[in-house]
Amino acid sequence: MSFASHDSATKQSAGNAITAEDIREGGSKAPEDVARYALYLGDDALMLAQRLGWWIARAPELEEDIALANIALDLLGHARFFLTYAGSAWGKTEDDLAYFRDEEEFRSCRLVEQENGDFGQTIARQLIFSFYQYELYRRLVRSSDPTLAAIAEKALKEVEYHQDHASQWILRLGLGTEESKRRVQDGLHYMWPYVDELFHDDELIESLGDVAVLPSSLRADFDRRIAEILDEAGLDVPDVAGAYGGDRSGEFSEQRGHILAEMQVLARQHPGATW
Amino acid sequence: MTTQTPGLHAVPAADPAAQAEQDRAGQEHFDRIIAEDSRVEPRDWMPEAYRKTLVRQVSQHAHSEIIGMQPEGNWISRAPSLKRKAILMAKVQDEAGHGLYLYSAAETLGTPRHVLNQQLLDGRAKYSSIFNYPARTWADMGAIGWLVDGAAIANQVPLCRASYGPYGRAMVRICKEESFHQRQGWEILYELSHGTPAQKQMAQDAVNRFYGPSLQMFGPPDEDSPNSKQSMAWNIKRFSNDELRQRFVDMIVEQAEALDLTLPDPDLKWNEDRGHYDYGPLDWDEFKAVVSGKGPCSVQRMQRRRQAHEDGAWVREAAAAYARKTAAERASAELIGA
Repeated sequence: MSFASHDSATKQSAGNAITAEDIREGGSKAPEDVARYALYLGDDALMLAQRLGWWIARAPELEEDIALANIALDLLGHARFFLTYAGSAWGKTEDDLAYFRDEEEFRSCRLVEQENGDFGQTIARQLIFSFYQYELYRRLVRSSDPTLAAIAEKALKEVEYHQDHASQWILRLGLGTEESKRRVQDGLHYMWPYVDELFHDDELIESLGDVAVLPSSLRADFDRRIAEILDEAGLDVPDVAGAYGGDRSGEFSEQRGHILAEMQVLARQHPGATW
Repeated sequence: MTTQTPGLHAVPAADPAAQAEQDRAGQEHFDRIIAEDSRVEPRDWMPEAYRKTLVRQVSQHAHSEIIGMQPEGNWISRAPSLKRKAILMAKVQDEAGHGLYLYSAAETLGTPRHVLNQQLLDGRAKYSSIFNYPARTWADMGAIGWLVDGAAIANQVPLCRASYGPYGRAMVRICKEESFHQRQGWEILYELSHGTPAQKQMAQDAVNRFYGPSLQMFGPPDEDSPNSKQSMAWNIKRFSNDELRQRFVDMIVEQAEALDLTLPDPDLKWNEDRGHYDYGPLDWDEFKAVVSGKGPCSVQRMQRRRQAHEDGAWVREAAAAYARKTAAERASAELIGA
């Protein structure tokens, strides 16, 4: 048996689905404001993938190790698309953006940065985020930016599964035992202060017109669908005010630095190295 | 091909005389299957010792996949590029999948997964001792893929022809994925050994640490491996530990050259007469210590598995309670419907 260095085991394309390599090789250069918007989307996906990766080999059942790994892999794939595209505006790679930006340069929302907590807390975050992402991507497929539309189209199919996974667990935990109901309801309370900021319109997004999706336009559908599933699960929609400072700046987050310290440590020990 | 003989299923007979007759016919049928080198299937009669040996071997293999997720899982959060992170995540996920197929294969022998899992948690079941070594650097992801998965493949390819059907079939699928894993490990090391001096050093250091333990994955030398003979007679095992180890050494010497890395064995040299590479003695005292729970990370690996199991108890209870409730609701809905 022998392997040749050009015989890559790592090209991750399934069928004719787009890959981060396709985006890079396709050569479409993102306008700078579109790139800044792509960072919002990419950083959200990257942070959540990083959080969910922790569960692999720690989940309640083997099947759940596989499911959570699968969701983390999908999100990591989305992050690679968005960051590759964003990087095209500045001549940077996905890895330049993931590993060599500092804390204040990331644009993730605080929800995805929150600690995993117990399985109930993780599922609460999955429910909120997958329902939000579903509403976002099903509109972003009509973006006037063809690359963003193509990424959204691929991601949407995967997010439908993430929604289904979260919904099934919300029902099991909400209707399972007293303890599971209490834990998942606690998880929802813990995460709820970070729901409002998902729907916050800012100047960048407002200036992008039909390239982007206005977050505020997703809220009504999100609220209605969340209320339906929580009602079916016998759980309450938390009556909790949004936490101050939801502007993606990182100025109001303690978690981001810890995530990045771990994620970036090796890459930063060897600047300029390839892996 | 398995000969189908009616009435040989492992169903207990009503009286002792009938049972004895059933066992005699069953043994005859089993012996014929082994002699023909065809396959034993779950409902065929089989000797208790054969069943026990297989449950032990298949479940140990499953446990190894599950514990083996930990050293590599340790690097998912720190993988140095997003592409490597994705590949590593997919690899660890495959290992969970292998664990599942193997537990399912063991279940066809009559021992449920939760019992096997409990044996692991209680420390009554073993798993491959290689996973009790630490994965300290990123290069260990390469060395584990190239050497540990490589040794696993050398061990497992012949198991695709194991006499027990469900095991052999599970191994076919597992071997396909393992060879992909080995290739990605080799690719990690190739990148490192052709990278900066610090990266190359990292790669060499990992190979130095994993070489000996990976050769020990084939088990003790033949003269100290009492169970091997019976397993070979049953067509479960096809080659001896030393034969497989030699095959592996012959394979990795050239691959190491292609990697531009050395193997830490001064006695390693081509033997023209034997047509194989000679290699130096392995440290079997170390092997015995690690196998018997004194590995550098043995306590940590078990602690982590127990913790995950305990932390997940309330989730599994909730899922079971929900399944009971929905089944009861469905049943009553059907009654009303009727």
